[in-house]
Amino acid sequence: MVNKAIITVVGKDTVGIIAQVCTYLAENKVNILDISQTIVQEYFTMMMIVDMTKLEKPFEQAVSELTNIGSGIGVQIKCQREEIFDKMHRI
Amino acid sequence: MINITEVLETNKMIEQENLDVRTITMGINLLDCADSNLEVLCQNIYNKITGLAKNLVQTGEDISKEFGIPIVNKRISITPIALVGGTACKTPDDYVQIAKTLDKAAGELGVNFIGGYSAIVSKGMSRSDELLIRSIPKALACTERICSSINVGSTKTGINMDAVKLMGEIIKETAEMTKERDSLGCAKLVVLCNAPDDNPFMAGAFHGVSEPDAVINVGVSGPGVVKYALEQIRGKSFEVLCETIKRTAFKITRVGQLVAQEASRRLNVPFGIIDLSLAPTPAVGDSVAEILQEIGLEYPGAPGTTAALALLNDQVKKGGVMASSYVGGLSGAFIPVSEDQGMIDAVVAGALTIEKLEAMTCVCSVGLDMISIPGSTSAATISGMIADESAIGMVNQKTTAVRIIPVVGKEVGDTVEFGGLLGYAPVMPVNRFSCEAFVNRGGRIPAPIHSFKN
Repeated sequence: MVNKAIITVVGKDTVGIIAQVCTYLAENKVNILDISQTIVQEYFTMMMIVDMTKLEKPFEQAVSELTNIGSGIGVQIKCQREEIFDKMHRI
Repeated sequence: MINITEVLETNKMIEQENLDVRTITMGINLLDCADSNLEVLCQNIYNKITGLAKNLVQTGEDISKEFGIPIVNKRISITPIALVGGTACKTPDDYVQIAKTLDKAAGELGVNFIGGYSAIVSKGMSRSDELLIRSIPKALACTERICSSINVGSTKTGINMDAVKLMGEIIKETAEMTKERDSLGCAKLVVLCNAPDDNPFMAGAFHGVSEPDAVINVGVSGPGVVKYALEQIRGKSFEVLCETIKRTAFKITRVGQLVAQEASRRLNVPFGIIDLSLAPTPAVGDSVAEILQEIGLEYPGAPGTTAALALLNDQVKKGGVMASSYVGGLSGAFIPVSEDQGMIDAVVAGALTIEKLEAMTCVCSVGLDMISIPGSTSAATISGMIADESAIGMVNQKTTAVRIIPVVGKEVGDTVEFGGLLGYAPVMPVNRFSCEAFVNRGGRIPAPIHSFKN
């Protein structure tokens, strides 16, 4: 049911942020469609658009696990269904 | 495709500007629960509510987690109980029995409020309406989650002054019966004129008779988001101001529409309406008063406040209407005192009086809301305030409401603490001249001439 989701990572830049997130996604059969990254006020800011069609666990569980990975690295990781952004910014 | 700036903007609204969906309210029709036996009636009500809404709270939490948007309240509105309990209830205490049943059902489901302990008496009171009204003080004193509302007038019917008089007395009695908790019962009791059938916000929510068996209504919020947007355009013209409010209201409402559709689909209950209201909370940065200050007022209550509120209310509607397929409920800016830190500050500073608030209710979506007044205020004076608000609603073809708390044992200068979303409030002075002879006349005020449109 859940298809596209947006993952955002915001926090102090450090080694291996993308690696850890991508490893988790690969293990869970989540396909990355697009990545953009920028530095906002010295903060590492990354956005991924991912396809979760093949995810084998409940979406909420992936949300929690990504949050935990973030806490481990000291960054904030959010995973949200794409519709909230689509609805708000597109007519 | 969505870009990183847009994603960050949305998440900033949620994390720093208090954007949330204020409530998912499931409306439930209880007319088919009616029975002449009170026990059977209560059982029917309990079964129907706990059956239809059993997944409401869980669904709300799931949606919240998946989209990353807080959904603050999950609530239920029901058919006005005076219509359901008529054949079974012979005394006010019988109605209290229903109130306890509703409270139990709400507790079981984990919803924080259930609205619809109500009667619609805009033209006249039936026997069961009157019994229900007389049961309100006790019902609110012995329950936690019940909200009660009485509609005493409308543009089409005029104002039922007998009900207005009675409600003054009932508010006093409710204050007295909950005096140990700063008369908290009155915070869950609202007197309305032109009450909408599909309002998802408490205390005035009920499931009107024009509604289907069950429905999902959603109330959005986001005063903080509007305030932040306005901070970026300080000193700009009214054209820029209005455009900014409109654009922000559109974005906020789209989130509400998404949540409403998801909730409706998952619960398999039709989507009713989105209520486009700016509903403040006592949290800093979640205040309608701060928007008014950002528009250019030192404090709400200063000259210009009514105009500022009028434009805010109108732009919120204009932005929101396009964002949602169905709009209803109250839809506008709420101006409660105790639930809005900026309003509290304005009262403490001496900028805001009840008379100015009354003027503001002419142009916003509600009325005199969450205002603490001295416990010594007479029932007739409270009825007079209800009559004034009802007249504003009746003549302007809009909803108005009175939710005031005559706090037993407190006087002007004291502060009252309600806790949680209900906040705290300084006790405000009320005009001390009498309206007793006016209120005691009896009967009703006829509908205004412009209501005859047939």
